Amino acid sequence: MVAIIIVGAYVLASLGRSASIPANIGPFLGVVLGLFAVAHIAVRRLAPNADPLFVPIAVLLNGIGYVMIARLNPDLAGQQAAWTAVGITGFVITLAVVRRVRSLERLRYTVGLLGVVLLVLPLVPKVGTAPINGSKIWVRIGPVGFQPGEFAKIALAVFFAAYLVERRELLSTATFRIGRFTTPDPRHLAPVIVAWGFSLMVMMFQRDLGSALLFFALFMTVLWVSTGRASYLIVGTTLFGGGAYLAWSMFTHVQTRVAMWLDPWQDRSGKGFQVVQSSYAFAWGGIGGTGLGLGVAGRIPYEETDFIYAVIGEELGLFGSTAVLIAFLVLVGCGLRAAVTVSDPFAKLLACGLTTLLGFQSFVIMAGVTRLLPLTGVTLPFVSYGGSSLVSNWIVLALLVRLSDEVSRRRPVLDDATTVITVPA
Amino acid sequence: MNRRLRGLALFLVACYGALFIRLNVLQVFDADDLNTQPDNKRRIERDFNRPRGDIVTADGRLVAHSDEERGQFHYQRTYPTGDLFAHVVGTYSFNYGSSGVERRYHDQLSGRTADFQLGGITNPFSEEPNVGTVVLTLRSDVQEAAKQALGDRKGSVVAIDPRSGAVLALWSNPSYDPNLISTNDDSVAKAARDLLAASPDKPQLARSYQERYFPGSTFKIVTAAAGLESGKVTATTPEFPKARSYQPPLTTRELSNFDGSTCGGNVVDALRVSCNSVFAQMAAELLGPDPMIKEAEDFGFNQTVPIDLPQPAKSVFPTDFGKPLRDGANPGDAKVYENTPALAISGIGQGDVSATPLQMALVAAAVANGGTTMTPHVMAEIRDRDAKAVEKFDTSVWREVMTSANAEVLRSAMVDVVANGTASRLGIEGRVVGGKTGTAQLGTTPPRSHAWIIGFAGDPGAVPSVAVAVIVEGQPGASEQTGGKVAAPIARSVLEAALRPISSPQPGR
Repeated sequence: MVAIIIVGAYVLASLGRSASIPANIGPFLGVVLGLFAVAHIAVRRLAPNADPLFVPIAVLLNGIGYVMIARLNPDLAGQQAAWTAVGITGFVITLAVVRRVRSLERLRYTVGLLGVVLLVLPLVPKVGTAPINGSKIWVRIGPVGFQPGEFAKIALAVFFAAYLVERRELLSTATFRIGRFTTPDPRHLAPVIVAWGFSLMVMMFQRDLGSALLFFALFMTVLWVSTGRASYLIVGTTLFGGGAYLAWSMFTHVQTRVAMWLDPWQDRSGKGFQVVQSSYAFAWGGIGGTGLGLGVAGRIPYEETDFIYAVIGEELGLFGSTAVLIAFLVLVGCGLRAAVTVSDPFAKLLACGLTTLLGFQSFVIMAGVTRLLPLTGVTLPFVSYGGSSLVSNWIVLALLVRLSDEVSRRRPVLDDATTVITVPA
Repeated sequence: MNRRLRGLALFLVACYGALFIRLNVLQVFDADDLNTQPDNKRRIERDFNRPRGDIVTADGRLVAHSDEERGQFHYQRTYPTGDLFAHVVGTYSFNYGSSGVERRYHDQLSGRTADFQLGGITNPFSEEPNVGTVVLTLRSDVQEAAKQALGDRKGSVVAIDPRSGAVLALWSNPSYDPNLISTNDDSVAKAARDLLAASPDKPQLARSYQERYFPGSTFKIVTAAAGLESGKVTATTPEFPKARSYQPPLTTRELSNFDGSTCGGNVVDALRVSCNSVFAQMAAELLGPDPMIKEAEDFGFNQTVPIDLPQPAKSVFPTDFGKPLRDGANPGDAKVYENTPALAISGIGQGDVSATPLQMALVAAAVANGGTTMTPHVMAEIRDRDAKAVEKFDTSVWREVMTSANAEVLRSAMVDVVANGTASRLGIEGRVVGGKTGTAQLGTTPPRSHAWIIGFAGDPGAVPSVAVAVIVEGQPGASEQTGGKVAAPIARSVLEAALRPISSPQPGR
């Protein structure tokens, strides 16, 4: 079904652009079906009890993204196809290697260290590249360039989940007094705070606002879900507000982002150009869209990556943009359902963290291009062009599939921190 | 933990819900507003990337066409006839908008009317784009004749079929080449536009329907019609005094007849020699303001002419002549008003009266067509890709100007002007031709004036098939002969061209 949608969309996009059915339709169909089949078989073999919705949704999003990229820039489409293959390979390997989520829990410090190393990597001379679009987030090893930050996010999500499960009790009991307030012993919080602060600083230094925001959201969510202390949320939000204000006053590019969020029309041909053009694209799409391949391509900078959602909004209209929205929501729903159902606290937190990563990143960029929030440059998972993003998201998906598989393999039992486990509707 | 996970789920659902609302705002509620932002070129770009219908003349000459090209846009608008139809067809420019027929019939040309949308649905597999071809009422031979006859002189020529309101020629000089402004090469377009805008002659202005002039003695037709319609004037009565000049009430300034000649008599005599004193007196003393205003407005003054071209200028007849002061000198005369002297001057088409050449052509057309003015138009029909007419211009009456009896009096008087009077150069062998010359003095030294002529021609015994108005601007001299000498030959060659049967087969057969 999904394969038919994607192939149909591809044909339509090509029709709209050049009024001919693409010559490579056969191979394309084969590749789409093949990749889908590989992912499907991998799930059947390696995680037979997994939630069956994960892979089709991801394939749908990946396919729509590919069609859009092929329509915008055929040169990039080939690369995106290759990255899709790599991503699905990564998916299969992850499923094959991580047979039990618990094995990750044991490796928490190794994984945490790996995450930090990956984050710092772009700042290392020789390996890191010169800033691309103002951000130092790229690494070049041989002919392959990638953004290690994308993978660092996964590693750090694993680390957080493992660490917080271990120290959960300690963190949720207030033993340390500051005046009238009691807080958990800072000793237990220290490693988390250090890892978090360090990552945030690195991201700031790399001028990667989007990742910093995402990372922060991940951290806060996992901390809150594990400890249940609303004070963390309050303190965290205050911290975030302070950090945001600091960033706003320190970096002119942050100020620009905010100003262009409030009124991009004040500099419609300059700094507000992207956002203004993105709004025009959505408006032009209207309810039904212009049709695939019939929109005005080449208007918005970064339309293959950060702004691909605007192209979807233009060519597929409100129907298409809402469909993508719903697809992500279903993905988030599946992830959280796994989190709720799984009994192991580590698995629970990991599912929560990974789902937050996926769901929040999608929300942040979709909100950015629709001017609901200030624009922060992150990719739209599975849809945007970009190797690192695609591969890392397929790995996230593999972990979620593994987690949902474990749900049904183990009988739900009473969890020490929660009451009865129910399957939500 | 699960409670908090559900909380997280709710939070994310709320986020996505907000996003969905935002999408609705962007794509539905604010869409129109965003689509019409001045820097949002999508709407225009779409049009420039789609084929656009041709514009052809009634005799099948292609005057606007879209060529496919590989460039910024998929199509380039070209005008094979250059400046000849510029003021009718207009321009179609990405950066500078459109004008003329290109603007007026944009929806038809781009296939956006219901007819074409439906046609596209019933036959979705046609390779031919379903856009409309606009067939003009204008004939390229008549238009060429007007251009040739006017030559380098500044002025306008309007020819119209009095029976239908179909415009046959609409030429004014100077004109311009729409290709230069409509080119997709913006640097060329900008330079051409700047050059045209800087020219004191305003070549982009369609003088024929967007510029006003003193109509001079051609306006005497309107004054005569007012007299006839009021019932105070007939073809033979009253007899106005023979005089060298006329002194209106309340002033000592005299209005003299052309070249100091003596003239008078009935309305037909007065028209023949274009007698100022008669028409000034008729307007000022016999008729008074209201009948004059009413008749001028019946002819179309102070109204927007409903021609299917953008922004036609309104012709003007003054409507305020002050309060009535006293009764007229003779029984049956109108009251004397504060501004009666101005009314006297208005009665001979000077002072505050101004008219477009199109309006004056409509004056001649009303006389020729038995007192009825048809709605003037340049579009004959819209054809689809199969050359089938999907829309025809709905010929309609614009104004009932006068009774057919009065129109007949004026018609034969104008024929008399050509046969025996100032418009003798308008005569065409074997045809019934009527006319009225005009010399609108500009009050300059040395004296200069606009040379005018309005007229009509047709077969004997039939309603004339063409009416014409010609103005040549700023000619030396102020004699009534100027109109007859300068403008009449131009009008004559245009009439002759229009009387010839249409030369080429109808297009698209």
